[in-house]
Amino acid sequence: MKSTTNIMIAGVGGQGSLLASRVLGALAISKGFDVKVSEVHGMSQRGGSVVTYVRYSDDKVASPVICRGEADYLLCFEQLEAARWIEYLKPDGVLVANTQKMLPMPVITGAAEYPEGIIEDIKAKGVKVIDLDALSLAAEAGSEKAVNIVLIGAFARFCEFSKEEVEACIKSCVPPKFLEINLKAFELGYNSAK
Amino acid sequence: MSDKKLLLGNAAVARGLYEAGCRYVSSYPGTPSTEITEFAAQYDEIYAEWAPNEKVAFETALGAAIAGARAFTAMKHVGLNVAADPLFTASYTGVNGGFVIGVADDPAMHSSQNEQDSRHYAIAAKLPMLEPSDSTECLEFTKAAFELSEKFDTPVFVRLCTRVAHSQSITALSDREDVPMKDYVKNPAKFIMNPGNAVKRHPIVEQRSIDIAEYAATSALNRVEWGDKSVGIIASGASYLYAKEVFGNKASYLKLGIVNPLNAQMLKDFASQVEKLYVIEELDPVIETFCKANGIDCIGKSVLPVCGEFSQELIAKLLLDKENNVNSYEGNVPVRPPVMCPGCPHRGLFYVLKKLRLTVLGDIGCYTLGGAAPLTALDTTICMGASVSGLHGFNKVRPESVNKTVAVIGDSTFMHSGITGLTDIAYNRSVSTVLVLDNHITGMTGHQQNPCTGLTLKNVPVEPVKIEDVCTAVGIKRVRTVDPNDIKATETAIKEELAADEPSVIIVRRPCALLKKVNYGCKYSVEADSCKSCRLCMGIGCPAISFKEGKASIDATLCVGCGLCETMCNFGAIRKVQ
Repeated sequence: MKSTTNIMIAGVGGQGSLLASRVLGALAISKGFDVKVSEVHGMSQRGGSVVTYVRYSDDKVASPVICRGEADYLLCFEQLEAARWIEYLKPDGVLVANTQKMLPMPVITGAAEYPEGIIEDIKAKGVKVIDLDALSLAAEAGSEKAVNIVLIGAFARFCEFSKEEVEACIKSCVPPKFLEINLKAFELGYNSAK
Repeated sequence: MSDKKLLLGNAAVARGLYEAGCRYVSSYPGTPSTEITEFAAQYDEIYAEWAPNEKVAFETALGAAIAGARAFTAMKHVGLNVAADPLFTASYTGVNGGFVIGVADDPAMHSSQNEQDSRHYAIAAKLPMLEPSDSTECLEFTKAAFELSEKFDTPVFVRLCTRVAHSQSITALSDREDVPMKDYVKNPAKFIMNPGNAVKRHPIVEQRSIDIAEYAATSALNRVEWGDKSVGIIASGASYLYAKEVFGNKASYLKLGIVNPLNAQMLKDFASQVEKLYVIEELDPVIETFCKANGIDCIGKSVLPVCGEFSQELIAKLLLDKENNVNSYEGNVPVRPPVMCPGCPHRGLFYVLKKLRLTVLGDIGCYTLGGAAPLTALDTTICMGASVSGLHGFNKVRPESVNKTVAVIGDSTFMHSGITGLTDIAYNRSVSTVLVLDNHITGMTGHQQNPCTGLTLKNVPVEPVKIEDVCTAVGIKRVRTVDPNDIKATETAIKEELAADEPSVIIVRRPCALLKKVNYGCKYSVEADSCKSCRLCMGIGCPAISFKEGKASIDATLCVGCGLCETMCNFGAIRKVQ
């Protein structure tokens, strides 16, 4: 039976996860797959926890969403979001995790604590984890807003598409004036994921 | 031309409008329907606008249809409540050029205040309703809706849900059809709905429903997919996709594209050929109730929930008792609710409202976030405009607390339905204080223009409506303006207006920090040595400020430089940098 590949992207509203899902959607369509990308707009974008889904298949993709235990790849833009959404990753899936921490309001107000050692705990369970400081790498590339492309760079090392294919897709999705920064961000992400 | 693209459901509806030769689109923004109108505005061939509210949008589009054009309006489910008045009578008048109403429901309430099911409106107003499952169908059904509208002389609904509106799938594009304007001929018996004429129109509406139900039995919009006949599934929209994901060809499907009216014989024929019949529908048991009323034995809401959104996971668990193996994380994961953005102009105001311990009747917009910790300065949120009118009623029966109670409403929401409430305050003399939060944009839905911003949907500069003048015109004598980042001035203004013995409006004015024109050109940081750890700066609930090693700290990646925190610090520890 032909199966569907599921990529889930989890981040904090405003981090650019929507663009990441669109790049991955465009990548899959460029290879002739059937594709569905599901996004979240509106209220939850205001600094809330945001997830988007990219599903592709050489057969028809039915559902636009990814459920618990279905994601082949989980791209997390923030540590706490990795903890929140890890249930969605298949037991043998790959977690690409930005080690950046963004404190949610209950932590800022002191009503809750930000857990320590999230990535280590997840690794200890035997999950394949690619962790990287995407924020610093994005800054090194020239813009802290390029975190999304750094993570796509890390993903590119493990996905079924070639580095060149992913790169070409970024070129087609990113406005020309930000292209140089984003290609550098992609390269840094790719090289740091081993 | 035939081109394939990955299109958002809402973009596909807009493409359908373009291809169907639609000339006129008027809407009010509302998640998850907003982008339909934004994408429609990108076609030069379509006149597209933001109306002040859904009722106005609906009526303008109906006017355009009566004039002979193909016309469209989009709204979210609760927007349809606002447009319900013309809706029911438009069913009687019918159309001239085709008239299609896009309505987007929000199961799970990703961005809404209730979870109402719009299909009830189609039944109540006796109008056909189509429901697409993916972007291809969004495009095709929109075109089909115009055909149906003109064939049966009726407004037609296209109903979306969040997952269809905000999912992208591959869609084939075609050229625009050249649909000429229909002639306009005066026809009072059809378009003047006085009792004498309406009495004659009602039987026509009833016959139309029968005719469309008959058409539904042969329409390609409804289809049967035979698979294993031990399980039959009746579904539409996103529910069909989830069912398909779970059952594949191990079930047979009656996939309904026309969800109103339903054809009883078609449902019976399908039911008779399968062993076990499920009706899989999100929200209310509309199809299930119809089946049962027609003697069709089926399983629906006895197993599946009325509340929330479906998924393949939910259907596999509830119908097949199947669950995936999952990874787990045992630690406590704090929730991450949406918050006011760094630099949000509402922050300073809500800090003052909390400080003064006021009762605050709220409204629909970004400022609804003022109800969350640490600001927690809201008492109510009901619907568009209910802050202002609610305040009037609240104050009438509690005169002893008029100096402790205010309404907050945004600029766009004020134009939508705040003016009528304010007129009630002025006319019936309640000593009410209304705060209009003018951030120069419709914020929560993702930055749409409105009558106060000076630009149209197509970015044509226009004379903005002056909120001050509107307030004065309805009879409010005390109208003043204040900058919410000037906390002292804001506090003074609120205290003075609450103390006044007559109605007043304070326009709390500062642009949304996300607007491109807003650039503070600096950031702020904390000088740790000067910080006395008093936590006063934490009271404004800025996501950029946190406590690290006992001192306040500002995240430079989040700070936009609004400077509100600087005014909070009594020790000069927060300083401008760059």
